[in-house]
Order: sequence, then structure tokens, then C-alpha cells
Amino acid sequence: MDPLLDGGIGLTEVLIVLFKVVLAFVFLLVATMMMIWFERKLISDMQNRIGPNRAGKWGLLQSLADGIKAFFKEDLKPARADLGVFKLAPYLSLVPAFLLFTIIPVGGVFQDGNDGVVTMFGQETFLQVADPPIGVLFALAMSSVAVYGVMLAGWSSGSKYPLLGSVRASAQMVSYEAALGLSVAAVVLLAGSLRTNAIVAEQATWGWNLWTAGIVPFVVFVIAATAELNRPPFDLVEAEQELVGGFHTEYSSIRFAMFFLAEFMNTITMSAIIVTLFLGGPNGPLLFGPDWIWPPLWFFLKLGLLLFMFVWFRATLPRVRYDQLMDLGWKVLIPVALAWLLLLAALRLTRDDALNIVDNDTANLAIVIGGSALVIIIAGSLLVAAIQTAKDRRAESVEAYD
Amino acid sequence: MADRPPQQTTSWLGYVKGFWVTFKKLFEDRVTAPYPKEKAPKPERLHGRHVLNRYEDGMEKCIGCELCAGVCPARCIYVRGADNPPDDPVSPGERWGFIYEINYLRCIHCDLCVEACPTEAITETKLFEFSFTNRLDAIYTRDELLVDDDGLPQNLPWEDWREGEDLHTSAWMRATAPAGQADYEGRVAWSGELGYGVRAPEPGQSPADGPTADEASPDEPEVED
Repeated sequence: MDPLLDGGIGLTEVLIVLFKVVLAFVFLLVATMMMIWFERKLISDMQNRIGPNRAGKWGLLQSLADGIKAFFKEDLKPARADLGVFKLAPYLSLVPAFLLFTIIPVGGVFQDGNDGVVTMFGQETFLQVADPPIGVLFALAMSSVAVYGVMLAGWSSGSKYPLLGSVRASAQMVSYEAALGLSVAAVVLLAGSLRTNAIVAEQATWGWNLWTAGIVPFVVFVIAATAELNRPPFDLVEAEQELVGGFHTEYSSIRFAMFFLAEFMNTITMSAIIVTLFLGGPNGPLLFGPDWIWPPLWFFLKLGLLLFMFVWFRATLPRVRYDQLMDLGWKVLIPVALAWLLLLAALRLTRDDALNIVDNDTANLAIVIGGSALVIIIAGSLLVAAIQTAKDRRAESVEAYD
Repeated sequence: MADRPPQQTTSWLGYVKGFWVTFKKLFEDRVTAPYPKEKAPKPERLHGRHVLNRYEDGMEKCIGCELCAGVCPARCIYVRGADNPPDDPVSPGERWGFIYEINYLRCIHCDLCVEACPTEAITETKLFEFSFTNRLDAIYTRDELLVDDDGLPQNLPWEDWREGEDLHTSAWMRATAPAGQADYEGRVAWSGELGYGVRAPEPGQSPADGPTADEASPDEPEVED
């Protein structure tokens, strides 16, 4: 728990929490604005274009201008829309994006057994808005709630393209949530806690889960997160060529802008979660100067690199087809994440809990690894066989049709 | 069963190559031209807005012969000639064009008027970025078409003049061979103009020999905008 809330709760504690909430809120809004600018600028750089350069220096105020424009546009409501849900949907996708960021530790020294406590106005606290004991579960839950925004938006529009877009969205997000959860489970297994603060403390200074959990959960998580965020190459939800605009076809004015705000905000928070879970959060070498400066710097540097990576994905990878998307999710990511989780669990069992099958550590390790490898091989071949059978069936039916 | 094309097999390294391609682009030159700020260089022979030229002594070249109006395929030119007032002649000779109108909503910038003109009175500049909010504004009259007292085209408020747009005014007419040979070098057989003197002929289209239009005619006076 946050040491701030250990004692009684007085005015100071409430004010500090309020301060942190406002700070996180403002930071997220500004960061989203900058992210939109960054993405547009970077993607234009990768396409030999100039990008926005009219509003402000280097077009920095472009998103502000767009936002003001969106506010003053007419807000159209389709005649056949389910108005209550139609109005609710943008908030359902925007609010989880905000909430998700509250559990991210953005600073605090974690070296030498410190657990990231900072002193703020004479009170000890963490540099995160909240540190619930179910932190990681909360993150998964919030990213699932965001699905409802997309789903209800499409459904309540009373129009078929948005409906198709939202059906795709829900199918895609549900598929990838499994892979997302399984790769997070690997991290939770290593940290032994669902608290984000504990997960970061466990990775201090260089024990990042990126390599202690093996590179696999990280890769799976990044791919699944990209799909969860509906970012290219998994942006089938808003595939313009097939679905007009996808779930937000019928939206206009600021409601439309809110979906995009939510999308970019989700990109930032998801990157922050990746930093927290795999890249050691604010961990990094404390160089010269006061110690408290460096952890936030490292955090934002890692965040920036991840955002760059997401934009790079978008610039490089063409959108996958729907069946390819499902294939990747169900036939590759989930089995790989599952197998890796099994391996990690087996390793942990032998190493940490001193499992004794025979009186020899190495032999124990060999037995466990051999056992898990056997299970994985059997399961893998079953999976491959199943996929092959399905393929053959399909080929047969196509042949019959020809 | 119908023939299917063999499945393409690509190495997974292809993905890495793709990432390298997009990353490389970060350091390449941009292809976008910041248009209203900078304009792409215009061709030597671009046909733009017309001007009515003057002789070096300030007299108007137009004699009101209406040949331009007659040849105009778009019928956008309206000219009427009148006798020069004997005590204060506007042009050398008997007649002057006392009405000269071009409707730019009709003009197709074919330059046939420029070819038809016996006195090189009407030529075309390289300005094409002029627009109006009113149909009447589209009809340029003598007042707008005639060059200034220093021989330069008038820079009207709604026109976007940039440097060099009046430099090689209608070189097209001055250099084109009667038979249309591309490498024909024009010979100076025309009178001088106020502000420019005797304009140099445009070089032929073969770039290998001959001076470029910029180097031609060193005695051409420098024009300041």
C-alpha cells in the first residue's frame, strides 16, 4: 500500500492525492496532444513528407487547432441512433484511458532496496496516483472496458458499417486479450505481486523483465498491445477501404475527436504499462545531481522510445487481413505465451521453491525442463495437427466447389 | 480444380528490411514543396497573364488593329482602335487601342494573340496565380494590362507576383521558328521595350549549346522588383 495512506487521512493527504490526480490528468492531456503531433510528424518524416507545419513552431499546436475546430463543428446525431448509448460510448473509451495511467509509477528511486518512496510536502508517498494491490488486473480490466466504448459506439449508431467495425473490434480485442493476459502472467509470476510498484521494485536496477522473463513475453505483449490498441497493422476496426470509418463512421464534432483522443491516450498508457512491466519502469542509473531527477527521466525516455516504435510499426507494416489477424492471435501468440508461461513456472518451481524429486539440483532442473519441453512438444504437435486438419478440410471444400 | 498461382514464400527477414526502409527515410530529403511560400521554378515558355508593352520612349505599342481579338479562339479579347490625338499621341503611328479588355474567365492562354500581334504589343508573363471573387474583376482592361511607367507589369493586389515572373516575357513568340524546329535560335528582329530594352531571343530547346536565357543579352538592364 501507499505509505501515504497508512496513517489517518487528513487534509494534507487528500490534497496530495488531488495534486497527483490533477498532475496526471494534465500530463496525459498534454502528452496526448504532443503524441498526435509526434505521430503525424514522424510518419511524415518516414514518408519523405513535411507534415503539419502551420500551427505554431514546427506545427506543435496542430492538435490544439484540430481540437478547437472539432469543438465548433456541428454534432450530428443519426436519426436511428440509440441516443443514450451513442452519447455514452466516447466517454467509455476515453475514461479508461485516463484511469489506466493512475497505476503507473513514473518516478522514485528503486535502487538498493528502496521501494520508490518519495517525500512530498513532508509526507511519504509513491510517484503514482494509486497503487492498488490488484494493479495489473486493474490495467487488464480497464483495457477491456475500452472495448465497450468501441462496441457500443458501433452498435448504437444504427448503421451497418459501424456495426461491422465494432463486431470486428470486439472479436479482435477479445482474442488478443488472452495473449495479453498470458504474457502479463509471466511477469506477475516473476514479481510475485500484482502491484505495479512491487513489479517495478523487483526489476531494480537492471533486472528488467525484458530479459529476466525472456524476450518472448515482451514480444507477445507488444504485438497483443498493438492489436488491443487498434493501431496499425491491426487497425481493422477502422479499415477505411472496407468499413468507411469503422465504428466511428456516424460520429462527428468533438465526439469523433474523443475517440481519437482515447486512441492516442491509450497508446501512451499502454506504452507506459509496457515500460512498467518489462522495461523496469523508472529504473535506471542515477548519474550526477540529485537522485530524484533521474527516475522520471528514464521513464519518459523509455516511454518515448516505445511511442517511436508504435509509430514505426504504423509507417512500416501493411494492415493484416482479418483471418491473418485471427491466425496470429489464436494459433501463434496464445500458444507461445502459454508455453513460455509453463516454462517459466517450471523453472521457478525448481529454483525458488527447491522442488526435490531426486537429491540433485541439476537433475531436478533437467527433469522439470524436460517435462515441460515434452508437454510443450506434445501440445504443439497437437496444435499443428489440428491446424493442418482444418486446412485440409477447407482445401477439400474449396476443391468440391471448384 | 482451377489453377492457382504458387504461394509466394518470403523470408521473415523481409519485415526487418521493411523497418530499415522506413527508418532510412527519416534522413532523406523531403519531396514536399512548401507551395505558397516557395514556388517551383517555372518553365521558360510558360503562358501567364498578359501585359501590354510600351516602347522605350514610353509610347504604347498597341495600335488597335484587333488582330488579337480576331485570332482568339476563346473570344476573350475585346479591342477597339481610335485615331491618335495629333497633339498628344498615345502610340507612334495613326491609331491606338483605346479599349482593350481580356476576360480571364475565358482566356485559355494559348498565346495566339501574342503571335498575331504585329507590334509585339501584347505578350504574356509567367504569372498565373491570380484569382478573383467577382466576375467583373476577371475582365482586365487597359488600366490593368498596360505596363507601368517604368515598363514593369502592374502588381495588382490580388496577384501573387514573385521574382522572375516577368523576366522572359513571352519568349515563346520571340524564339519559335516558323517551322517549329526545336533548336531554332531566335534572331533579334523586334523593337525594344520600356524597362527591358531589346529583349534577347530565347535559346533553342537543345540545352547543349547556346547561352541560357539568363545569360543572354548582357545589355539587358537589370530590373528590380
